[in-house]
Formats: sequence, C-alpha cells, structure tokens
Amino acid sequence: MDKTQYKNVFVFVEQREGQIQGVALELLGKARELADNLGEKVYAILLGNNISDKAQSLIAMGADNVVLCQDAELEQYYTESYTQAICQIVEKYKPSILLIGATTIGRDLGPRVSARLSTGLTADCTRLEISEEKELLMTRPAFGGNLMATIICSDHRPQMSTVRPGVMKALAKDDSRKGEIENMDIVFNKDKFRVRIIENVKEKGNMVDIADAKILVSGGRGCGTEEGLKRLKDLASVLKAEVSASRAVVDSGLMGHERQVGQTGKTVRPDLYIACGISGAIQHMAGMEESGFILAINKDRYAPIMQTADLGIIGDAKKIIPALTERLKSIMK
Amino acid sequence: MKIIVCIKQVPDTTEVRLDPVTGTLIRDGVPSIINPDDKGGLELALSLKDLYGAHVTVITMGPTQADAVLREAYAMGADRAILLTDRKFAGADTLATSNALAGALKMLEYDLIITGRQAIDGDTAQVGPQIAEHLDLPQVSYLENLEYDGNKTFRIRKATEEGYQILEVDSPCLVTVLASANKARYMSVRGIIEAYDKDVEVWGFDNISVDESKLGLKGSPTKVKKAFTKGVKSNGEVFEVDTEEAVGIIISRLKEKFII
Repeated sequence: MDKTQYKNVFVFVEQREGQIQGVALELLGKARELADNLGEKVYAILLGNNISDKAQSLIAMGADNVVLCQDAELEQYYTESYTQAICQIVEKYKPSILLIGATTIGRDLGPRVSARLSTGLTADCTRLEISEEKELLMTRPAFGGNLMATIICSDHRPQMSTVRPGVMKALAKDDSRKGEIENMDIVFNKDKFRVRIIENVKEKGNMVDIADAKILVSGGRGCGTEEGLKRLKDLASVLKAEVSASRAVVDSGLMGHERQVGQTGKTVRPDLYIACGISGAIQHMAGMEESGFILAINKDRYAPIMQTADLGIIGDAKKIIPALTERLKSIMK
Repeated sequence: MKIIVCIKQVPDTTEVRLDPVTGTLIRDGVPSIINPDDKGGLELALSLKDLYGAHVTVITMGPTQADAVLREAYAMGADRAILLTDRKFAGADTLATSNALAGALKMLEYDLIITGRQAIDGDTAQVGPQIAEHLDLPQVSYLENLEYDGNKTFRIRKATEEGYQILEVDSPCLVTVLASANKARYMSVRGIIEAYDKDVEVWGFDNISVDESKLGLKGSPTKVKKAFTKGVKSNGEVFEVDTEEAVGIIISRLKEKFII
C-alpha cells in the first residue's frame, strides 16, 4: 500500500431521521485539530436522503469539504448500504484518517467497513493525537478501563477510529467558515441487502441525555433506595441538574439505563459531578473522570472515588444531601 | 438448524484492581470466565435447541486453558466444541482474530452464527461484524431478542439508543448478542460430569485455510504502541466533619469555582 496517496481527515456524520447526531459535531472538532496539525483538510461524509440542507452546518462546525450522498437506500441506516457507500468514498477520496461515532450505528458500521477495506479499527478512543511521524495515536481504555493503550495503524489506510459521544468537544459554530459541498452517487449492489427494518420504536424514558447536563447529581449503591433517589432529585432540581447513577442503581431498576454513567453506560463531562454514595469502581470512573469538578460524598474514606474527587466529604449522604439542598434553596433564590 | 456460537475466555475485569500506591494492575487471582455477552449468546442458541432441536457448536480461539469455557458450554448443553489454538494466531488484533475464526467457520456448516456483542477485556464489539464480512453474511448487532419462524426467517429486536428496532433477516446470518438478552442457564450436575468426558476438538493453523500473513501479530493492522495505567491522582481535598460544616465547605468551594 502506498501510504502517500492517502490524506485528509474524514468524519462519518451520523444522522437519524435527518437529525445530525451530536457525536458527529464533536468528531468534526477533533478532526479540525488533527487536520491542522497535519496540514490537511477535514471532510465530512453525509449519507441520507433529502438532507442537502444539513451540509452547510457541517462546514460551520469545522469541515472544509462535505461529501454528500443522497439516495433512498441511505435514508435509514442499514449495515450493508452504508458500508458500500463508505467503501466507495474511501476508494475515491483515499482518506488518511476516518473517524466514526461509537454509537450503536457506528459500532455496527465501523468493523464491517474495516474488514472490507482490510484496515485497522480502534474502538472507543478517548484521546487522538498526531505523532512526530505524522501517524494517528489512538488511546483507549482496555481491561474494563483498568488499563490505557495507545494504538497505531502504521501500514494500512485509512487509520480508523470510533469515539464515544461526549468524549471530544465540538467547536463553536462559525457561519463565516467557507467550504465546498461535493455530491457523489453511490452504485449499490442490492443483492447484498438482506436485512429488513420492520419497525423503529422510541421509548419515552430514553429521551434525556445526561451527557448534555452541566451539573449531574449521581447516586450509587449508598443511595439506591426510593427515598435516596428522592433526595437526589430534590438536590438536582435546586441546581437545575439532571440525576444519573452508577451501574448498581440501574441494575436494581431504580433508574433507566439511559442515566447510567460509566464504561457500559455513558461518558459525561459536566461542570459539576456530585457522586453520592458511589464508591468509584474503575468502570464508573471511566465515564466521569473528565468532569470539571467532582464532589464525592461517601461514608467510606477509602472509597476509590475519594482519590479522584476534587472535594471529598466523608459522611452520610442521607444527612448531607438534604442539608445541602436546604442551604442552596436559601442562597439561590 | 445448525448454530455456531463464538465464545471467549476473559478475565473477570470487575475483579481487577489497581494497586493504590503504584497504580499498576493487579492481575493475580483474577478468575477467568465466559465473556458475559457470549454467555448470553450461548443461552440463545440453547433455547433454540430446546424449541427446535438445533445442533449447537461452540468455538473459542485462545490458549489451551481456554478449554475450560468449552467444558462449561458442554455442561450447559452444547453439542460440539472446538478450540482454535496455534502460536501463529498469537498477538492478533480484532481483524486478525476475525480472520482466524472466519477461517474455522468456513470449514463448518451453519444457519446461524452467534457472537457476544463485545468482550469485557477489550470492549471493542468488532470481531462479530468482521467475521460476518469475511463470510459475506448479513449481520445484526446488539440483539436483545430473537424469534424464529421455524423455517428460515429470524425476527430480531435490536437495542438502540432511543429504544429498539425490529429487523428481519433470513438464514444464514450472524448476530451479536447482549448479555441482558436472557438469563443464562446453570450447568447441570450431570452436564458437568459428562463435560469432562467429552471431546474438545483442537484445531490449529493446519485445519483452516487462511494465509499466514492475515493471522496473529503479522496479520494485525493495529499495534499497541504503549500501555499504561492512569495512575493515582490525589490533588483533591477530603474532609470528615459534621453535616453543617460539610455543607459550608461544599458551598464555599462551588462558589470559588463559579459553579453556583
């Protein structure tokens, strides 16, 4: 493979029902930084149907070029139609780097594309940098977050990586940015379309996105009762915050999975993370350690969360949370 | 119906701890288990066997000790077990792993291939879809439930961020299964006893026809440049005071940081 033929940083822009997903904008922000470092361009790949009106916004979020493919076969995500589209784009444009959001769609698409292209793919990266040799350094947690590994893909292109929502930061929208929108037609091999979508079901409980919250009040095993949850919600309402939880609380059924923070839940980086009765298993910490300020309230002085917290209070959350809520009520009026 | 389940032996990462002083991984005494999503996949296969009389083959790639997860699968009710092991497979990333497994699967008959969504030691969720690509099979990932029409069509409930999708696909196909899809059965006592008398077939490089350049470390496009632990962070303040004083400290710190 002649690596010198491959350049520019490509981002797969995920849309659902025509709505651009936040993770794609976060990736454009990261791609901008990587491309500037390499002296190359950022390309956004937008697949869908009747979505040309969305292309310009991608330029405002950091793209230099948008590759726009519109086709009825691309209206909804299907593994095969999207894989064919991405592979044809790669063949034509020869990207050096291809970034994909680690959503249920991106984690289905990424490995299929990488296998078809016989290139490497690194999942759920938490850090992406360019090395002195101009290679992409992809750092990710392994071993349930216990270990970090920096991965390279030296001899194959594109260098592919998925990144979970909430890990990278989107740029501020800049409508004065200029860029080009290029239309491309995909030639489909429809014999390979063998999966049929019968129904898409949205469940109401899943609509809150804790990754968007500025302040999170999060409960662990130590708050895992109906009353404990009520206390967290009271505090959250005073702070205009959302409530979230550790895996133990979600498994007990008190809170939905969409509010779970951690390795198997969501990655969050609020300005303030209040960990109540959370011991801080590594799997949990992997999902919140980038928070601006971490306040931990826990009875156990040796709980691992105390090492990560900016402020640790050893005590009973049952007493401290209501007292804090009352005091905040009086000063935030 | 012929079903093949790909399983992996993994360290129980929930039992892994960091040394609080050095920040290094303590691996000693960490038990090895069947990867939880794979166990969910095995249960799915066995429930289809209960309903439709399917033949269930389990396959794992790993060192010879990985034999243990195949014995466990036998004890749960699997019919045939294959251990794919060879020095030439060592050091494989997900793509090279999928090449080896797909090579083995090509030697077998199947209507349905089941893998777990992801393994808890790597969390990549890549090997299942990569196998599907090598075998030119349609894939459905994040499976929560599967219904079979008794003929050739599967109706699958796939988990999504917003809820779920209902998909239909005909056999042969590959699905990746969530541990939460079902509750895995226990091994039966008789199954455990019999599991030790059953044959585990051991396959190596010579049993599959895959080019050596696609296997193991050599066949891996990605390489680990370095591995490290995040170490111990300790620049925060910790207080053990009464409730009143604690609240005062919290308020003053949040004000200093302009959070409130």
